[in-house]
Amino acid sequence: MKDAVEVFEKPLKPKKRKISPSARRELTAALLFISPWIVGLGGFLMYPIAASFYYSLCEYSVLQPAQFIGIGNYVDLFTDEVFWKALGNTFFYAALSLPLGLVLSVAIALLLNTGVRGMAVYRTIFFLPSLMPVVAMAILWLWIFNGDYGVLNYAVSSSTGWISAQVAGLGRFLNQHGIESVGRALQAAAPILRIEGPPWLTDPAWSKPAFVLLSLWGVGHAVVIYLAGLQDVPAHLYEAAELDGANWLQKVRYVTLPMISPVIQFNLILGIIGSFQFFAAPYVMAPNGQPARSAYFYTMMLYDNAFPYLRMGYACAIAWVLFVIVLVCTLVALRVSSRHVHYEGM
Amino acid sequence: MYKTAGTTKLSDRPLAIPSERAVRLRSAFLAAVACLAGLLLQGCSSPPHNPSGGPVVIQYWEKWTGFEGDAMRAVVDAFNRSQSKIRVEMLTVSQIDQKMLLACAGGNPPDVAGLWSYNVNVYADKNAILPLDDYLAKAGIVKEDYIPCFWDMCEYRHKVWALPTTPASLALHWNKDMFREAGLDPERPPRTIEELDAFAEKLTKRDSSGKFIQMGFIPSEPGWWNWSWGYFFGGKLWDGHTKITANCPENIRAYRWVRSYSEKYGAQQIQLFRSGFGNFSSPQNAFLSNKVAMEIQGVWMHNFIEKYAPKLRWGAAPFPYPSDRPDLANTTIVESDVLVIPNGARHPDEAFEFIKFVNSQYGMELLNMGQRKFTPLTKVSPEFIRNHPNPYIRVFIDLARGKNVYATPEMSIWTEYRDEMNAAFDDIWLGRLTPEEALGRVQARMQKKLDRELARLRRIGKKGFED
Repeated sequence: MKDAVEVFEKPLKPKKRKISPSARRELTAALLFISPWIVGLGGFLMYPIAASFYYSLCEYSVLQPAQFIGIGNYVDLFTDEVFWKALGNTFFYAALSLPLGLVLSVAIALLLNTGVRGMAVYRTIFFLPSLMPVVAMAILWLWIFNGDYGVLNYAVSSSTGWISAQVAGLGRFLNQHGIESVGRALQAAAPILRIEGPPWLTDPAWSKPAFVLLSLWGVGHAVVIYLAGLQDVPAHLYEAAELDGANWLQKVRYVTLPMISPVIQFNLILGIIGSFQFFAAPYVMAPNGQPARSAYFYTMMLYDNAFPYLRMGYACAIAWVLFVIVLVCTLVALRVSSRHVHYEGM
Repeated sequence: MYKTAGTTKLSDRPLAIPSERAVRLRSAFLAAVACLAGLLLQGCSSPPHNPSGGPVVIQYWEKWTGFEGDAMRAVVDAFNRSQSKIRVEMLTVSQIDQKMLLACAGGNPPDVAGLWSYNVNVYADKNAILPLDDYLAKAGIVKEDYIPCFWDMCEYRHKVWALPTTPASLALHWNKDMFREAGLDPERPPRTIEELDAFAEKLTKRDSSGKFIQMGFIPSEPGWWNWSWGYFFGGKLWDGHTKITANCPENIRAYRWVRSYSEKYGAQQIQLFRSGFGNFSSPQNAFLSNKVAMEIQGVWMHNFIEKYAPKLRWGAAPFPYPSDRPDLANTTIVESDVLVIPNGARHPDEAFEFIKFVNSQYGMELLNMGQRKFTPLTKVSPEFIRNHPNPYIRVFIDLARGKNVYATPEMSIWTEYRDEMNAAFDDIWLGRLTPEEALGRVQARMQKKLDRELARLRRIGKKGFED
């Protein structure tokens, strides 16, 4: 192995390699053929990335030439309370929506994988919402979350109302049959059980949880990926577990989850990136993050500075800080989760 | 082996194979490049410049749709009919302010664009629009032709950057039926803030569970001018030069008054009530569906009343003033749509011809009768007022001509300032911060940003506001 490397390196070291005219032509042709890709990568990816980094060190209003100001934008950013507010909101959202989405999508996938009849239909039903255009979905959820007329609060108040009525009825029944202490307590507790949903999007305390709920709407996408992963779990492992007397829960814990752990990790990484880029729904549903910037997410701040405020340099700095945050979070998640990820055959 | 003509031909000259292949490759590649370049150039190319002596075609981007768009189209048609040298092509563009800016940055802007008055100073500072002074001098258009506040909106740093099209002023709209029902004189709107508060209380009704059925007045409805309440109490948002005055005593007083409503009626209860309102442009609009009896609104409200609640009996009057400040009577906020020539327009001369036509008395009255607003010109034909469908049009004109007229501050960081004020409004309204705290924060943040912006303008050689 070592020799081979040395042999290979030797001819490379001397000054210039002579290329035969035909090889040169071939090289030119090859370069020409991949040139669309090179131009695309260079012009539409590498250049904008480099330019955005340069502009993050400038004051740049798009229509006037950029002026270099060093790290001024970054200094401003870290002393900007709105930045911290937006960052806090985004972390709050990610910290709730990621685990909830993960648990829910794995649970749905496990249920769909039990071999129920008509699985294709269920799979489609769970997948469909994630195909819906975001803006249409946002308008729909504006009404679902409506404090007064929203279907969500209607469901909450009518279901808890029903429970409360049942408890009150039980209390009355017990009262009539002489068990008054318990009966009274139940009757007293009954009205408390009836819950009126909050005005989700107009109460600063509930606007972020509302967006977490909304994010679960698109869980079908991950479900389909998990389903594919679940179908790859070898049947012989389940058979072996059954022979050992494992119950359903143990099979899930010791066979299914380890076997689909790479898929979970993949979805986790995608989820981290996605939740930091959460934009369209709050942009439509909570302009300016109202009420009181409680739903002002990081990318909304980026957009506001880039376009409405025309502070492109500042926006570039915001974008680069986002990049670093996502990078660090992804690395940490990879490092932490890799210990629990099991690759078959490794 | 020798199956196709091509290979047969090559086999005759075996030595030439590589070069032949290279030639083919090269020609194929060149053809591809030529095709691409052709496509790109076609995409970028300008409309043919007057090739056969026909009219010069100018592109006009405008934001309006519906009947407002039709009214402008009528003016465009009239202009196209009136002469044969210039033909205006009008295109409706959503989010026009941002799209025009990007088109300018990309070097392919329209020749005329219809923006909002609050864009003028921002775009002037960014060099996105052209000053019109030379054109105005040539055309003999002067300041005195216009109601002063609308000319002022177009003037910035001693230059004129735009001309107004459809102006608007704000007034208190009240629902006469609800007044009558509450035992108030339906023909007498509140004159002072104190009266407004007392009327509002009489007009507010709750159901047995304490939920609101109707309310007299809500400072957060429709919520489009949450930043502006200070003006109605004598406050200002800045000194016009270098100082932000977000937390001046008048502004703090105004937002204490705002807070008094959410304190008296309960912020959450009001939010719950408001969440039942339909879209602004629908019969479920809070004012049109008898849910809110008094609302601050612009001259356009009449159009929505006609469309969605033609039976509503309503009136419009100057917004009330604090009783200890009678000098603040007839305070209003004005705004206007404006026409500008973007920097980089191909036919600025022809573009101004069109703007001039729109700003003639004929063009203005045609446009504003169609949009049912009033004309920004001082000269108005008696028929315009007589035939105007809005019975209260005089109220709006008089307000705009009055002395307590305020437009959005002419500062290039206004968009940020407005968002900052709106966030502060939320914090005050919900009782999360006192007016002093919230406005103090706005003051500190915006002063810092203004200082930086002025320094930037100085650096790039633009005169600031010190003069």
